[in-house]
Amino acid sequence: MTLSITSLANPTRFLSFAGKVIPWLAALVVILLGAGLYLSFFVAPPDYQQGETVRIMFIHVPAAWLGMFGYMVIALSALGTLIWRHPLADVSAKAAAPIGATFTFLALVTGSLWGKPMWGTYWVWDARLTSMLVLFLLYLGLIALWQAIEEPGRAGRAAAILALVGAINIPIIKFSVDWWNTLHQPASVFRSGGPSIDPALLTPLFVMAAAFTVLFVLLHLMAMRAEILRRRVHALQQSRVAHAALAEA
Amino acid sequence: MDSPFTVALEATEIACERGGRLLFEDLSFALRPGEALLVQGPNGAGKTSLMRQVGGLLPLAAGQFSTTGAAHDVPIPELCHYIGHLNAIKTTLSVAENLAFWADYLGNGDVDAALAAFGLGPLAGISAGLLSAGQKRKLALSRLFTSPRPIWLLDEPSVSLDKASVERLGEIIGNHRKAGGIAIVSTHVNLGAEFTHTLDLVAQTRAPEGRAA
Amino acid sequence: MTAAIALLARDVSLAWREGGAIGVALGFYLMVIAIAPFGLGPDLNLLSRTAPGLLWVALLLAALLSADRIFHNDYEDGTLDVLATGPLPLPIVAASKSLAHWITTCVPLALLAPVLGLLLNLSIETIPLLVLAMLAGTPAVSFIAGIGASLTLGLRRSGLLLALLVLPLYVPVLIFGVSTVSAAITGPGSPWPPLMMLCAISLASMILAPLAAAAALRLNLR
Repeated sequence: MTLSITSLANPTRFLSFAGKVIPWLAALVVILLGAGLYLSFFVAPPDYQQGETVRIMFIHVPAAWLGMFGYMVIALSALGTLIWRHPLADVSAKAAAPIGATFTFLALVTGSLWGKPMWGTYWVWDARLTSMLVLFLLYLGLIALWQAIEEPGRAGRAAAILALVGAINIPIIKFSVDWWNTLHQPASVFRSGGPSIDPALLTPLFVMAAAFTVLFVLLHLMAMRAEILRRRVHALQQSRVAHAALAEA
Repeated sequence: MDSPFTVALEATEIACERGGRLLFEDLSFALRPGEALLVQGPNGAGKTSLMRQVGGLLPLAAGQFSTTGAAHDVPIPELCHYIGHLNAIKTTLSVAENLAFWADYLGNGDVDAALAAFGLGPLAGISAGLLSAGQKRKLALSRLFTSPRPIWLLDEPSVSLDKASVERLGEIIGNHRKAGGIAIVSTHVNLGAEFTHTLDLVAQTRAPEGRAA
Repeated sequence: MTAAIALLARDVSLAWREGGAIGVALGFYLMVIAIAPFGLGPDLNLLSRTAPGLLWVALLLAALLSADRIFHNDYEDGTLDVLATGPLPLPIVAASKSLAHWITTCVPLALLAPVLGLLLNLSIETIPLLVLAMLAGTPAVSFIAGIGASLTLGLRRSGLLLALLVLPLYVPVLIFGVSTVSAAITGPGSPWPPLMMLCAISLASMILAPLAAAAALRLNLR
């Protein structure tokens, strides 16, 4: 079976491809996640300053990465919808949005939980968390727009435009938030985001990141499959209505 | 009209899709200067969609339009006047102000000719919101005179018009055709205008030299 | 060229004639600033420190309130169809309408801000800078709102949805807009870098936003 973006443009072929691949991905997720969690919670050493709570980082950082990855998937899908008119591009974008939003939310929650033991508050407006929050709001906007427009083709194109507008704005927002942050100089939070990470911490981090990535792909394929089937049901219902109308006329 | 229109319009195997459904496909027609097409079909058959496609508002699902005799590189939408179901008038502006705007916007306008077309001259200073439904429709149709364009797309133009105005509309279409213009009209009413072609969207048949039903 | 001027002139005069919409936006602005102290407490020190932020946030909300007006009327009465078949490319139409929104809504709001600043004990010396920052940053507000307006044409609850879509995109404008003023009040730094950023963002919005808005308008014209 030749696998290319164009060959998968046919929804039926995509469905059969997805059906074959999903069980393998699921197995892979279980393995990677198991390994990653084991490494994070039992193998990696506790941090000199933060103690055991640093283990939240192994969930927080990969979740943040996946949140951004999800938006990239949406932006690429948006290009697919608007420029190349790929038939499954808007399905891909619509499926990716809730998944990316959930990873972003997970990053926010774990970031908040991580912060509490350190400074006694559940939230701090540092550059990373703030940027994550704005990313989450952008996701919410996309999801809201999809919900608001009934016809899937139009909703897909409108959301694609919004996704690209958001994608262009993200660097500007990031820059302005960083600038705002240095201006107000709050406690700098996550030093482990920088190059000063102890190599012993890198392995669990990357395993968890790999696990989350495969999980994303798995959920994405499952969601795309569900959306395609949903649209088929809808089309069948519509043609039933049209036939009935013709019969009456 | 000082100089006659010389634009011919051709549609080659065009298709139309709305809401995921294919309304029609493999549709072709050709209109030379001075010809008129009557589009018929039940509601939802795609009459409005076809006209919006010619006007560039709805993209083609397949096929293409082409024109001959138009000035260089003028896109088809700029050769058309599209009068749809909505009147496109601003109720807070006066009749004359509405027409003046279109004359300025669409280019080469003549507001006095537009006012005279349906006899709206006496109402020139009145706020468009106060007009009756028929008068609003006449104002909408007067837009045809605010700028000389060869292709007229008229979607149910006679709605709300009284008998005298319908006759006037038929005259106007006839004059436009004599000046070499093209008209594509969808209507259930006898406008008293002659159509050289008829297009029935359900049957997709074309009959030459027919009178409007 | 005359077509663009004619469109802008018409939109501005329509907005003035309908009067009510601008009045409501100004009234809303006044209302939010007036009730804020009831929430924050009458401590003048606190109020004067939060004044730039409050004035900016309330301005954004007031501008957004009237944003769905940018294309809505023309869409509803069929004018948009005719505008799209005119000599102007659709992005220019979108830009002209966003500009009309700026002139008729954002500029009056920006000019009202100093008066409302008095309610919040905003220090007088910062008023020129505040108005300058608002005039520099509000083109971005109007033009980005144009994207939201074109995406939400004809939808229910479009006003709220528009705000939801567009507010995250205002974060840079808000950050630099407030910093311009607070840099002058509390330091550190000079107000000019953020003001320059504000101008840059506005210019970029005026060029790029109409492209997105026009794409969304094409979608809704179908």
